[in-house]
Amino acid sequence: MEPEQVPPAPRRPRTEARDLERYAALFAARTRQMRSSAMRNMMSIATRPEVISLAGGLPDTSTFPADLFEEIAAGIAADGLAGALQYGPTEGLDGLREAIPEVMAREGTGAEPEDVTVTTGGQQALDLVTRALVDPGDVLLCDAPTYPGALPTFAAYQADVIQVECDSEGMRTDLLEQTLTELEAGGKRPKFIYSVPTFQNPGGITLSLERRRQMVEIARRFEILVVEDNPYGLLRFEGDPLPSLYSIDGGGFVVYVGTFSKIVAAGLRLGWVVAPPPVRQKIVLGKQAADLCTSNLVQEFALRFLQSGRFDEYVDGLREVYRSRRDAMLGAIAEYFPHGADWSRPEGGLFVWATLPEVIDTGDLLAKALGENVAFVPGAEAFVDGRGTNSMRLNFSGVPEERIIEGVRRIGRLADRMLGLYETIANTAELPLPGGPVEKERRKAG
Amino acid sequence: MKVALLSGGISLERSVSLQSGRRVADSLRQLGHEVARIDPGPGLVTDLTEAGPEVAFIALHGRDGEDGTVQALLELSGVPFTGPGVASCRLSSDKGLAKHVFGMEGVPTPAWFPVTEAAIRDYGAAAGLPAAIDRLGLPLVAKPASQGSALGLTVVTDPADLPAAVVTALSYGASALLEEWVDGRELAVSVIGGEPLPIVEAIPTERPTYDFEARYEIGATRFETPARLSEADRSQVEQVALAACDALGCLDLARVDMLLADDGPRVIEVDPVPGLTETSLLPQAAEAAGLSFDALVERILGLATGPDT
Repeated sequence: MEPEQVPPAPRRPRTEARDLERYAALFAARTRQMRSSAMRNMMSIATRPEVISLAGGLPDTSTFPADLFEEIAAGIAADGLAGALQYGPTEGLDGLREAIPEVMAREGTGAEPEDVTVTTGGQQALDLVTRALVDPGDVLLCDAPTYPGALPTFAAYQADVIQVECDSEGMRTDLLEQTLTELEAGGKRPKFIYSVPTFQNPGGITLSLERRRQMVEIARRFEILVVEDNPYGLLRFEGDPLPSLYSIDGGGFVVYVGTFSKIVAAGLRLGWVVAPPPVRQKIVLGKQAADLCTSNLVQEFALRFLQSGRFDEYVDGLREVYRSRRDAMLGAIAEYFPHGADWSRPEGGLFVWATLPEVIDTGDLLAKALGENVAFVPGAEAFVDGRGTNSMRLNFSGVPEERIIEGVRRIGRLADRMLGLYETIANTAELPLPGGPVEKERRKAG
Repeated sequence: MKVALLSGGISLERSVSLQSGRRVADSLRQLGHEVARIDPGPGLVTDLTEAGPEVAFIALHGRDGEDGTVQALLELSGVPFTGPGVASCRLSSDKGLAKHVFGMEGVPTPAWFPVTEAAIRDYGAAAGLPAAIDRLGLPLVAKPASQGSALGLTVVTDPADLPAAVVTALSYGASALLEEWVDGRELAVSVIGGEPLPIVEAIPTERPTYDFEARYEIGATRFETPARLSEADRSQVEQVALAACDALGCLDLARVDMLLADDGPRVIEVDPVPGLTETSLLPQAAEAAGLSFDALVERILGLATGPDT
């Protein structure tokens, strides 16, 4: 039979300026909190090959064994193809839900397969948890600085985000308690505390054992949840592993978010969330609405990789690669960053957080750095409240050592130049300066 | 016609340029032209040679695209291109140079002082900053000389913030300027083929200044086209816009950004390669004049290839 002749669809009418105003009235109120930023626009240059990008959170995928990839793909083709190409259960494939607790057990965290929901990346887990718990105007607490990618998610649900100061031991639990007490006095009950306790993104810091216990205790006392985001825990280069918040708590008030992005491959878009059953139910309902299920093909791939016996060897290899990249970065920062700079020394993970003298705006520094083909994430991206303007996040996992060193060298040189310029202006111009005359005298003397 | 469409590039406004480029490519094909898209980089000359275009459509913004660098390469390659020529691009893209020209030609522009990194280092120019504050008053605007899209612009209200504002402005280029703050309505006059299009007024809905976010965020700025102006104001604004384009040699194509204060208009800058994204002002102005986007693209192309083609 001849196929029916269908006329080609008319070309979508081009959006004319007048239409844009019409659309403006159609946008949901929450889109007002979703913003593109000057930084993100500038970063479109960072994808060019000549740019040394210390900006992304990219794992190194070049060491994934191609032979194993072929073997797994052939295995799926031989004995699991129909299932892999099918829809699957919203919670995830049973096999993978059973394998995930075994991955968590490598860090000493116990979990039950039935509490696991497989998600499309850890990012979807954050989205689903926020969707399940947050009404517009609800308060959330998180690290200061926090994972920049969480902020658009929180904004999409119109959460009111309060950031709690971190020091070298992670979120300050004294300030956390104080904030919660104040909120309670004001009749506000936050929905959850979001934290990346281990090799934090962006700070590279790790919440100490004492603070972990305190955070869980505080959450229980105030009856709010903790969302523990742990993408990097297995990427520890040195020091002893710490128990997860989930294992300290036993799964009553802590929701655990995991991902294969940094320990298998980010391109799989595969993560998971472990939550107390009532919360899990809401998450699953949310996931049904969002995407029905995570790709079976991807889940099948990850499961077979975990069962291949080569997972630990692969993660060991990544740790070696990242450890030497971290060392290269820390060495280069010590050598090239200006006097007065301070930075974290992460025991694992992907990031170093560096803070420059206050007068340097790292957004401006980024503009200069892009001119010299280097990129990083300016600190302000990790805050909702305008802090972090003199800080930056530097990624060491996605770039080879010699490029890391060259990138850090360029950033350091530019920062030096900006600092020198500021000091020249401040010392030459007879202007009242922030901090008053005493401060100015000090600058002159220095 | 075989058209090389240049968009992307290595400026900070790369993503804006790519947006312009996508739209223009769509239109050019719709108009029946053969389009070769080129993202200018180290291989530009080779790419141009391989494409062998009859004309180049420039949809680049910021460094290199507007400052005459790419235009000079095209001239060298013998490829006619859209928009103003090399000299005009150089003059317009440096706000300081443009202001010098305005001064000579009597085009009204806010009072200003140049600041360069070299003058600060070599001649202690920062010693003059208090005098600049006295002359320009507060608030004043510190901004890079060569950056569009309000990147690196600070409105300084406290003298103590001036050093940081100057460092910020100089982060986006080797020279910057301090400019008198003018309180007025933000107008844009697009000029094409020596004729002004309907005036667009940009009215920020959420933020006090028309900054980067407001420029490229749908719904963050409300535009009124044509702007509600008295006949006298409209005529004066158009005359000043044409005078500014004439002074800089870009009557063929440009967008003139102005502030309309109580005592008349001031030219802030002239953009020789106006944006063509969905929220850009030139397409809005063209549409108000009854010129569809396709027709606008054809007109820009026609000006580049001359009346014979």
